[in-house]
Amino acid sequence: MNQNFKMTSLLTYTFKNLPSTSKWALRFCVRPLSSSSQLQAAAASQTKSKKTLAKPNIRNIVVVDGVRIPFLLSGTSYKDLMPHDLARAALLGLLHQTSVPKDVVDYIVFGTVIQEVKTSNVAREAALGAGFSDKTPAHTVTMACISSNQAMTTAVGLIASGQCDVVVAGGVELMSDVPIRHSRKMRKMMLDLNKAKTLAQRLSVISKFRLNFLSPELPAVSEFSTSETMGHSADRLAAAFAISREEQDEYALRSHSLAKRAQDEGLLSDIVPFKVPGRDTVTQDNGIRPSSLDQMAKLKPAFIKPYGTVTAANSSFLTDGASAVLIMAEEKALAMGYKPKAYLRDFMYVSQDPKDQLLLGPTYATPKVLEKAGLTMNDIDAFEFHEAFSGQILANLKAMDSDWFAQNYMGRKAKVGSPPLEKFNNWGGSLSLGHPFGATGCRLVMAAANRLRKEGGQYGLVAACAAGGQGHAMIVEAYPK
Amino acid sequence: MVASRAIGSLRRFTASRTLRCSGYICRSFTRSSVLLTRTHLNYGVKGDVAVIRINSPNSKVNTLSQELHSEFMEVMNEVWSSSQIRSAVLISTKPGCFIAGADLNMLNACTTSQEVTQISQEAQKTFEKLEKSTKPVVAAINGSCLGGGLELAISCQYRIATKDKKTVLGSPEVLLGILPGAGATQRLPKMVGIPAAFDIMLTGRGIRADRAKKMGLVDQLVEPLGPGVKPSEERTIEYLEEVAITFAKGLADKKITPKRDKGLVEKLTSYALSIPFVRQQIYKKVEEKVRKQTKGLYPAPLKIIDVVKTGIEQGSNAGYLSESQRFGELAMTKESKALMGLYRGQTQCKKNKFGAPQKEVKQLAVLGAGLMGAGIAQVSVDKGLQTILKDTTLPALGRGQQQVFKGLNDKVKKKTLTSFERDTMFSNLIGQLDYRGFEKADMVIEAVFEDLNLKHRVLKEVEAVIPDHCVFASNTSALPIGEIATVSKRPEKVIGMHYFSPVDKMQLLEIITTEKTSKDTTASAVDVGLRQGKVIIVVKDGPGFYTTRCLAPMMSEVIRILQEGVGPKKLDSLTTSFGFPVGAATLVDEVGVDVAKHVAENLSKDFGERFAGGSLEMLRQMISKGFLGRKSGKGFYIYQEGVKNKNLNSDMDSILASLKMPSQPDVSSDEDIQYRLVTRFVNEAVLCLQEGVLATPTEGDIGAVFGLGFPPCLGGPFHFVDLYGAQKIVDRLRKYEAAYGKQFTPCQLLVDHANNPNKKFYQ
Repeated sequence: MNQNFKMTSLLTYTFKNLPSTSKWALRFCVRPLSSSSQLQAAAASQTKSKKTLAKPNIRNIVVVDGVRIPFLLSGTSYKDLMPHDLARAALLGLLHQTSVPKDVVDYIVFGTVIQEVKTSNVAREAALGAGFSDKTPAHTVTMACISSNQAMTTAVGLIASGQCDVVVAGGVELMSDVPIRHSRKMRKMMLDLNKAKTLAQRLSVISKFRLNFLSPELPAVSEFSTSETMGHSADRLAAAFAISREEQDEYALRSHSLAKRAQDEGLLSDIVPFKVPGRDTVTQDNGIRPSSLDQMAKLKPAFIKPYGTVTAANSSFLTDGASAVLIMAEEKALAMGYKPKAYLRDFMYVSQDPKDQLLLGPTYATPKVLEKAGLTMNDIDAFEFHEAFSGQILANLKAMDSDWFAQNYMGRKAKVGSPPLEKFNNWGGSLSLGHPFGATGCRLVMAAANRLRKEGGQYGLVAACAAGGQGHAMIVEAYPK
Repeated sequence: MVASRAIGSLRRFTASRTLRCSGYICRSFTRSSVLLTRTHLNYGVKGDVAVIRINSPNSKVNTLSQELHSEFMEVMNEVWSSSQIRSAVLISTKPGCFIAGADLNMLNACTTSQEVTQISQEAQKTFEKLEKSTKPVVAAINGSCLGGGLELAISCQYRIATKDKKTVLGSPEVLLGILPGAGATQRLPKMVGIPAAFDIMLTGRGIRADRAKKMGLVDQLVEPLGPGVKPSEERTIEYLEEVAITFAKGLADKKITPKRDKGLVEKLTSYALSIPFVRQQIYKKVEEKVRKQTKGLYPAPLKIIDVVKTGIEQGSNAGYLSESQRFGELAMTKESKALMGLYRGQTQCKKNKFGAPQKEVKQLAVLGAGLMGAGIAQVSVDKGLQTILKDTTLPALGRGQQQVFKGLNDKVKKKTLTSFERDTMFSNLIGQLDYRGFEKADMVIEAVFEDLNLKHRVLKEVEAVIPDHCVFASNTSALPIGEIATVSKRPEKVIGMHYFSPVDKMQLLEIITTEKTSKDTTASAVDVGLRQGKVIIVVKDGPGFYTTRCLAPMMSEVIRILQEGVGPKKLDSLTTSFGFPVGAATLVDEVGVDVAKHVAENLSKDFGERFAGGSLEMLRQMISKGFLGRKSGKGFYIYQEGVKNKNLNSDMDSILASLKMPSQPDVSSDEDIQYRLVTRFVNEAVLCLQEGVLATPTEGDIGAVFGLGFPPCLGGPFHFVDLYGAQKIVDRLRKYEAAYGKQFTPCQLLVDHANNPNKKFYQ
């Protein structure tokens, strides 16, 4: 099968050089040919379905480089900071890493999920603090766990449409501190009190006070539409795909072990150190803790008690962190003398039932983005999937490998197939590195880009699920060395 | 990693192979034994756990029949005698149903109470054995677990239920006029406490899984799953089985105890209930409440209290004996036969005997945002039907939209809906003042004011904008559909859909077909009604159709009785003590005096002296004084916001005095007054069947009970004739005929039944 695909790509390449042939026509004539066995011998080289994903008349968009501050467990070194502090640190790290002149940046976009009300446009506050020109506009986007993916694709849109040449995209999340509000009743009373002019009016407002007004309102941890927490949904998802506790623990252990190895071997080169005021300089992620299966087996289920399978050890943990990438039009980057790391190619957003398929975004997005790019699973050298829960990853792998699911839920003729694990999240994932909601997308893209450079290979596939039953996938193409 | 995954999958594979093998061994083993096949049950062994799967053939539900019962005993005996098996799981593989209850046909086939008692005792014995099983049995419940199903489940050592909307536990026996006859009266009080047990058995209401968990009725919940590599339902049952097996093993290994931690309140209550005096007080309280609510017309609830009491005070042997005996007695009562008949009728009226319509209604439009229109819209949007609600003025439309919102929001307050679900449902409603979008409507239901000219105008307006296939339904309580359809270009698409107020509470929908109405139009109307959750009767067009026509002569008699000097309060108490849920005078107030007059005038034109009796002058005078009933704040009673006890409207005295008529003592006893009302109702109902307005007696009973509040304990007019005796009714009618005249003349069909005692409406 592999041979066939390779040959297909060889042929595609040949056909591509023929003038005036439409892309569709190409695909159609390639397929029947590729199955003829006599040509098989010719397909020996390592070529892909497509040599590059460049499209005529569309600007090539590149990631010059990207950084992140170390991702830390919530409540550790970053706990006294505010989100824009982390975002600023990521921006400063990016400036340092790329030496990009601040005034070249046309626009800044950041993703975040839990908004600090004081800095609701955290992108702008961080940019000003980092010393970017006050003439550089900035906005903040939110799309749950794919917020920084959205920031990056916003940048892609701005550049592709010719509005900008240089955009900084990033993401930030600080779970050590979240906005806890007064109750609605209390807020109403306080606002009424503000409006009350006379003492009598004030007293009459105050007289309405009841003790239960003081009970605080926490930011929602559950899905608004279904009132179900994500962990609960993940546990049901794992059960729906018959994924055992052992499998989940094994996968989590794999993530931690691979992350540990990557950390030890210095592969996590996107990390920039962060001198936290009043504390030591943070240089590495602190959530990577390879344990043993026995240790993990001792944990009690965290959501569906007492018999569920999702535990603290096989879920991603609450994380503080920020990331940023420098995205440019290729010609601009080259003109400035940069050697970019990767192209950002086709991307796809999907959404589905937020109740029973909350975390299946990657399953839906993967075949679509591959189709759009004209690639197959075999063309991908580096998979970087967001790991919300072990159970979620394993469920997605099973779903992608199921013809029944593809036919009954995705309206496809056949499954796309499950990514080979040897190419999958080889440097750890959100389970071990951590998952600052708004910042994970940029980490995924940089991991894919860096892995392609390090391990060799041309195409990376980034995919993630998000609250609300949404999902995202993007093809990252290595920049030729 | 890859290797470990592969091992994992290999292990699963082997596991499932052994399972299948052991299942196979078991089955072949049973085949070789005396009984060749089991039709309702099969079982396999997983490790040391026997998994008993229930699935009755050729039926949507599992019922506790004698066959299932004996097969279950066989299997359990094998489980108990096998040394390999240490525990068992009992599960149904039928989607949405564990066991829906005992087989009613089995009870109906019994002719004496002894036979029924014997059935009860056999079940009691089985369940007692199950309860005392040394090998723990886990009931894994997905879907309805009612009546005998619940009794089986609570005899097991442990219960796990899916937290699905379809999973409902309950003891609905009381609604059929019987009691739980397989031990529930003895086990439930011990399991959930006396007050909760009474609540379950006396109301018969269904309890959702999460509530059941809180009460201690089930021990664990399992969340329903979404799709995986197979359909949700299938995988959910599998998952339930897997979870149940781990608990069965845990119980056998004594790692889990079936005992449950009780909260402080529960501990206090159970302490209080250990004091005999407190218990006596509870029995007394409950009995008082039951007597007040049932007016002594329903024997079952009192017997339930009695049986529970016997069990607690005199020990379970006495309790079981009492349960089986009372069960036998109750099953032979008229009330039980009537209620079971109604239950069967209700099931029949929840089917579409006209088949699936050619085009399913996806876009509905309702004209008129009044009480009825908005009610119809509400029961449509909450089932996901796109609905346009149209009125002519913004305030009227706004009132209707608010009514729909309030109806949905009340469910949020009761926690049967989430606010998010409410909002999505409310988004199905489009309020507007014009006919935009009607070109896409599949059905239009008009609920404008009851005026023929207005209805004609509306019909013409609507027909100008709707597509050809669109059905035009008229919601009217008395205007003949044929007359409305005279102005239609396509009378085959015109039909009547008579809803009852309040639409979201009243179950009945009366569908009226004219000679010209096509079969597909009827099928479509029934389909929409069923989707709205209604119980449906389909009747022929005619003045007053069926329901209004039956009510009218009774109402005429109500006025006559009032004229004869019986006060509204006395009349109300006479009717409610006969079993009507609402008193006759109150009913007039609720319906609206103007509406009652309008209907009465129209119908008396058509039916003449058969609808004679009271003087319509009373209604006319009430209207002229503004006493329109509840909606105007005054009728026979005075209605005030927030005041629960209603007082008589003293201004009515002069009207009543001015229209006073002498009463005839020999037909004016309390009982005579009751029978004057009921026999007129029944006579008219039977006439409707005789004339072909009604297609079946079942529909007549369902319509009377669910639409008009005919006493459910009598089972509807036709059950009443069968059970009470046609001859007795004819005798009464003749007596009243002699005193009052032709309005009491019994109809031919009723006379035929009286002349031939073998003739029954229900064979």
